[in-house]
This record gives sequence, structure tokens and C-alpha cells, in this order.
Amino acid sequence: MTTQKNSFSVALFSVLFGLIIGAIIMLVFGYNPISGYMALLGSAFGSMQDIGGVLTQMTPLILTALGFTVAQTAGFFNIGLSGQALAGWVGAVWYSLSFPNMPVYLMIPSALIIGAGLGALAGAIPGWLRAQFGASEVIVTIMMNYILLFLGNNILQNTMSKGIKESAETTKQVGANASLQMKWLTDLTQGSSISAGIFISLIMIIVVWFIMTKTTLGFEIRAVGLNTDAAKYAGMSTKRNAVVAMAISGGLAGLAGTIEGLGNYLNFFTQNGSPAIGFDGMAVALLGGGSYLGILGAAAILSVLKIGGLGMPMSSGVPFELVDIVTASIIFFVGASYLIKLMQARIKAMDDKAAQTTEAKKLSNVGSASDSNQKGGE
Amino acid sequence: MTELTPVIEMRHIIKKFGNFAANDDINLQVQQGEIHALLGENGAGKSTLMNILTGLLQPTSGEILINGKQVTVDSPSKSDALGIGMVHQHFMLIDAFTVTENIMLGSEITKGLTLDTKTAAQKIKQLSEQYGLQVDPYAKISDISVGQQQRVEILKTLYRGADILIFDEPTAVLTPQEIDELIAIFHNLAKEGKSIILITHKLDEIRAAADTVTVIRAGKSIETFPVAGVSSQELADLMVGREVHFKTIKDTVEVGKTILKIDKIEVQNARGIAAVKDFSLDVKAGEIVGIAGIDGNGQTELIQGITGLAKVQSGTVWLQGKDMTNKTPRQITETGIGHIPEDRLRFGMEVEMTLSENLALQTYYKSPLSKAGVLQTVAMDELANKLVKEFDVRSAGIQVTAGSMSGGNQQKAVIARELNRDNDLIIAAQPTRGLDVGAVEYIHQRLIAQRNAGKAVLVVSFELDEILNLSDRIAVINAGQIVGIVNAKDTNKQELGLLMTGMSLTDARAALKETVNA
Repeated sequence: MTTQKNSFSVALFSVLFGLIIGAIIMLVFGYNPISGYMALLGSAFGSMQDIGGVLTQMTPLILTALGFTVAQTAGFFNIGLSGQALAGWVGAVWYSLSFPNMPVYLMIPSALIIGAGLGALAGAIPGWLRAQFGASEVIVTIMMNYILLFLGNNILQNTMSKGIKESAETTKQVGANASLQMKWLTDLTQGSSISAGIFISLIMIIVVWFIMTKTTLGFEIRAVGLNTDAAKYAGMSTKRNAVVAMAISGGLAGLAGTIEGLGNYLNFFTQNGSPAIGFDGMAVALLGGGSYLGILGAAAILSVLKIGGLGMPMSSGVPFELVDIVTASIIFFVGASYLIKLMQARIKAMDDKAAQTTEAKKLSNVGSASDSNQKGGE
Repeated sequence: MTELTPVIEMRHIIKKFGNFAANDDINLQVQQGEIHALLGENGAGKSTLMNILTGLLQPTSGEILINGKQVTVDSPSKSDALGIGMVHQHFMLIDAFTVTENIMLGSEITKGLTLDTKTAAQKIKQLSEQYGLQVDPYAKISDISVGQQQRVEILKTLYRGADILIFDEPTAVLTPQEIDELIAIFHNLAKEGKSIILITHKLDEIRAAADTVTVIRAGKSIETFPVAGVSSQELADLMVGREVHFKTIKDTVEVGKTILKIDKIEVQNARGIAAVKDFSLDVKAGEIVGIAGIDGNGQTELIQGITGLAKVQSGTVWLQGKDMTNKTPRQITETGIGHIPEDRLRFGMEVEMTLSENLALQTYYKSPLSKAGVLQTVAMDELANKLVKEFDVRSAGIQVTAGSMSGGNQQKAVIARELNRDNDLIIAAQPTRGLDVGAVEYIHQRLIAQRNAGKAVLVVSFELDEILNLSDRIAVINAGQIVGIVNAKDTNKQELGLLMTGMSLTDARAALKETVNA
């Protein structure tokens, strides 16, 4: 419980320091930081459309952050969330365009399952390679990001039939039977690209929390991640758990990609690099400090920065890149949380010592008085 | 009484952690050239007191006097400067470095920009001759025995000019012969004017090595007295605060059918070398079979082979008449084994999980602890509360992490979990390593109760006293093979000691007869 509290204060300090660094940089380059940050907040919360944009941004980040956390609990560092998300995105869009006449109540569940399933497969492969051959999942997932990126682009450009494509670089929009957008939400947010995906994300926070803390599966994943030897001794299969944990992790990323495809963009287009949601999700998980509520808060903060940053150049002249600096500084301070904890410990130790010396003085006076009664030797 | 100034005097030391007083008015006086033992149960406050003396902790109140002068020891380097050196239980040596490099580390002699290893080696050689600490200054740490590594640790403190040497459980890792050598070293050091504080809970060693003993119980110094003429029984009773039974009374039990049958197995160690070779042994219901041997003779691999944690290369392991060779650990556990592993922190528990979760570690997947894959936390806590009560596991509650508990209570928790499942075979590896006599007595009683209830028990231990106290039959292992199997009634420490070095039973008995006749 104290560690939760600790990581909350670390996150809070990190955000604060990140914003201060952003302010210093604005000052150095001759911008007014107050008007800069006011512009940021205005662009993030100025209208219902802006709020819709923030929620749309949050949706995949929550899922990729959950994915990162599950893998991390099992002792793995899944850098492949990006590629796993892309697998879900391509697969779900391709599938839904291929069956334009499937009724919505069949299409949406099956498309979500296919997208998540492809992500899970993309996650399970490095998990299996790690379990079977001891291959580092860090390296394998990084390499698989490239494989999946170019595989996705290649499928779009060379494998998909002309009939479902808008141009060589873009698919057609998915049909109404596969879209996750909801009219009342779109209307409420004045035409933002928010979708039912935000509800899926929120539900998944609860589902993943339940799996990880309340089921035997989560118990095993935690046990394996904390102490492999003890887990083996207790009869758990560390290999099976490696594959399962990485599959869940990849599945959540795949679901994030699916929602990008069927909720946000409604199509798939040639990607110049691995989707940012994978890496931003890692940042969210780190800022969230491994807590599930923390992930929700961290996703909100980073999304506000991102959406708010888009409006900064127009209203205050501060370039959008400033937001990237602030975000990067925040993550830097989370990473350097050791430093923050050390500072807190130092301050506390100084307080304790001050208290101790006064107390010790009092006690030693009492001690020397009773000293004469003390018998030496036996 | 002589009016000498003590080398160390600690007066009215109090150390509080929150409301808990780990040291509650402790007084300690050590004279020059004295070997002074600190005796106390786990958690009595010995380590806290020594951490205060070596500057790792600050006392809440109290004074420390070195050679009659009051000092503040507020850092380990301060304690170094005052001539206090500590030999830790777990050595702090770098394997890839030589003896000399390890000893100079942190106080290197330099010649220009290079290290002057030669001068250092000479100084080490001179020290080792002066105090009888034979060790090759140019040998690598990874190439020398545990006993020699300990000498390097001692030399390290002497090299830094220590006059007061603190030893924390120094014999825990040594063979009986190495223990004798260490005690001789103690006497050499004392003769040369060094003072020694010996932290231990091994009573025989106190009687063999120490001049004076201070008993610490529940954070208080109870009594200080000369060791001469005091019996182990008196020491134990003082330490625990009640009467302790060393010999656990064993009823005679009808030995039943064979539960575990090991048939000519071979198990390799991590480096791929056969650590257990052609090993056969039966354990029957209602008997305790002890495996005696020096550390590193295949005991670890044997247990891992039986329990499915390591691959059995050849041969067969029969459990209840079923071939369980190379089955998974869970299949083997479910056939009815309770396994108390030798390294409780590495294998026995998840130190970052709660006590309640740890007590469910072997049965979490079964009803009533889980239903349809969902953990039943209420049932888990019920089980934990029941076991904590039944096995006297002390902690701040069942939701604390296992890592925050004391070693003795961690071990009791492991034993509670493994004995609770009503298994027909109990495998206990080093069941009392690092525990004090009170906990040892308790655990021995539990194991004997299992035997008396008709279970088969296999005990592995490096401590001959433990083996002799518990076992009905004793198998001695050397270099992965059984040297001999003897009845506990017909053997003694000397005979087992010879067998452990690899001597055959007939040779050992002949050799012992000769020494008696001579």
C-alpha cells in the first residue's frame, strides 16, 4: 500500500517537473509559458470536440499500457506492442471489408476477436521463443515490430483486392456494420472520432485487474514473474505462463489496433513507422506505476498533453514539439524515480536525525544518572 | 575482578524501530584478547547490536566506548577507523579476483598509476603467517574452498588494521574439520591481542571457542558469564528462557511399506556433470532416513531429481509403486510429497507475495482455494489463519509479505504448508539451517510427529547432530554416491565423519577401532 502511495507521488512529481522543464524551455525561447499552457488547456478542453479527441487518444493508450503491465508482471519487457497493435489493425480492417454484408451483431464481436487474436499471436511468438530457447523477448519484439510493419504495408499494397481499396496506399472505409463509432457520441462531441472503443478500454481495465489479482492464472503470472524458481517448485509451468502472459499482452495491444481501425480511422493506410500507440502505451504504464487506476490517470494526462499540444502553435505560437519535450521529461523523471525517492528519503532521514539527537540527549542524561547503580563484570 | 579498561563497552543501548525495541537496554563489555560470544535466538537483537557497533545503524540511545573513550560510530568507515572489522556470514568477495586483489579492494596501494600488488601480497603473507591463516595470495577466489574464502575475509579485516573482529555465524558454511581449524584461528588471534565477538547460536562452538558469553533475549542482555564449566543445556535454557529438549523422544513405530524407492538414478548438475551417480535408496512408511554428507556432494541434485526440478538421466524413482521419473513437479507433488526445500528464499516462497498467498502456493488451483479459476480469497485467508495458529508462525498478520518475516517464521510457514497436505512422503532439505534452538526443537518435533503418524520422511542435512537426532537410518553420501547406510543406533559422529570423506564402512570401523586400541 505504501508502494502504491509512493509511485503516486513519483508520478505527481514527474508531471510537475516535466511541466516546469517545458516552462523553462518556453522562457528561454522567448515564449510566455503561462499563455502557452493556457493554450494547451484551451485546446484540450475548449470544446466538446476537443474532449472527444482526448478520449479518442486515451482509448488505445489504456489498452497498450495494460498489455505492457501484464507482460511486465510476468517478468517480460514487451517492446512489441506497436507491431502487435498493427497486426490487429490490419487484420480487423481487412476482415471487415471482406464481409461487407455481415450483420453488425456478428461482425463487431468477430472483428474484435480477430484483431485481438492476431495481436495475441504476435505476442505469443516471442513468448514461446523465450520459453523454448531463452531468446530475449526484448530483441525479438523489437525485430517483430519491423516485420509486422512491412508485412502490414505489403498486405495493403500487394495482397488486398482492388475492390476494397480507395487507392494503392489506403483501404476503403469500413462499412456501418463494422464501425465502432456511435451516432450519439459523435453528435455529443461535435463530430470527433470518438467511438465505443473508450467503453471497451474502460471495461478492459476491470477485466485485466480481475484476471491479474483474482484468478489462478493471474496468481501464476505474478508468481512466475516474481520468482521463477519458486513458481517451478510449486508446480507452475513457467513456459506455459511465458506464452500466455505474452499472448494476453499482445492481445490487448491487438485490441488497441483494432479500435484504431474500426473506431478512430475507419480504414488502414500505409504506415511510415510503427504506430506510436505502442510506445506511448509503455510511457503510460510507467507513469501509472503499475497500478490499474494509475494507467487511467496517466493515459488521461498524456492524451491531454498530446491533444492540447496540437492547438498550441495556433493560439500561442509555441511549436507542437514542446509537448514532446514535456512528455519525454515526464518519462525521464519517472525513470529517474530512484532520484525522487532518494530525495524523499534524505529529507525524511534529516528530520529523523534531528528528532533523534534531541531524544538521545534527553535519554543519555537519564542513562548516566542510573549508571552508578550498574554492576560491572558478572 | 581486574580493573582493566574494556576494549569495547556498549552501555544501555536502545534501538527502536517505530514502537518495536530491537535492542532494549543492552550492555556489553569485551576485554582485550577475549573471545566473547553473543548468544541469542533469531530476532533477539544480536545483529542489530552489531550493526550499531559497525556503524550501519544508529542507536536510539546509549553510549559506545572504545578503549574507555566515548565514540560515535555513525558510518561503516568510522568503524573501520576505530579498528572494528566484521566477517559476514555471506562473504563479500569478488570471485574473479585473486585473494590479494580482494583484500586490497577499497584500500589499494598504488605505485604511480598502477596497483602495487606485490607489496600488498607480502603484507598479506606476513599477516597470514602471524595468525596461522594459510592461504595463497595469488589464488583466485573461485578456486579456493569456502573455508579459505573465510580466511580471506578475516585477512581483509586484519589488513585494514582491525583489533576487534566480529564474526557473524561463521561456522554455518563450514565442514566439521574447517570448524576446528577456525576455532584454532580464533585462539591464535586472541593470543596476538585481538578481541573477538562471536555471534552464534551453536552451543558446542561457544563452549569450544569462547571465554565469555553474553546471552541476549528479546532485545535485553540477560547475563554475562565465563563459559568454563557451563553445559550446553544451561546455555540453551538461558537463551530461550525455558527448558529446551535436545533429544526429541521417539516412540517405536512399526515400519510399513516402501513409499519412496530410488533405483540407480543419475542426475547432472547445472554444468552437465553427473552429481548423483548410481544412487539407490528406499524410504519406508514410519521411518526417517537421514542423508549425511558434506555440502556439495550431490544432495541438492538428488532432491531436485526426486521432486522433478531436475532431469533424471537414468534410473527410476518410484513413489507409492508408481514410476514418477521425470514427471512434472506438480504431478509428483500430487502423488503425495511434501517438500521443504533447502533454499527457502529461492524455492520455498515468493518473498514479495503475502504470507496468505505463500501458504496457498501448492494448492491455490484446487477447491476450496479457487473455483473455476477464480481465487477464493476468503478461503485462502481462512487456511492461512488456521496454519499460522497451528504452526505458531509469527508475523504482523497474514497480509504482510513473506520477505518481511524472520527466517525462522518463514521456515515455519513453509513447513506448515508442506505438512498440511497430509502427504505420505516428506522431503526436508536443511530444515533448520540458520534457525535457533527453539525453532529447531519445534521443527524436529513436527518431523518426528509425521514419522510417528506413519509417514515416510527423508531428511538431508549437513549437521550431524540433526541427522543423528532425527534419523532411524542414515545414508552417507559422498561424491554423489552412497558410501554406507547405517542404523542411527549403531553409529556415532566420528564414524559418520569418516564416511563423509568417502571411506567405506568397514575401513571406517577398523580405523576407529585402531584409535581406541592405541
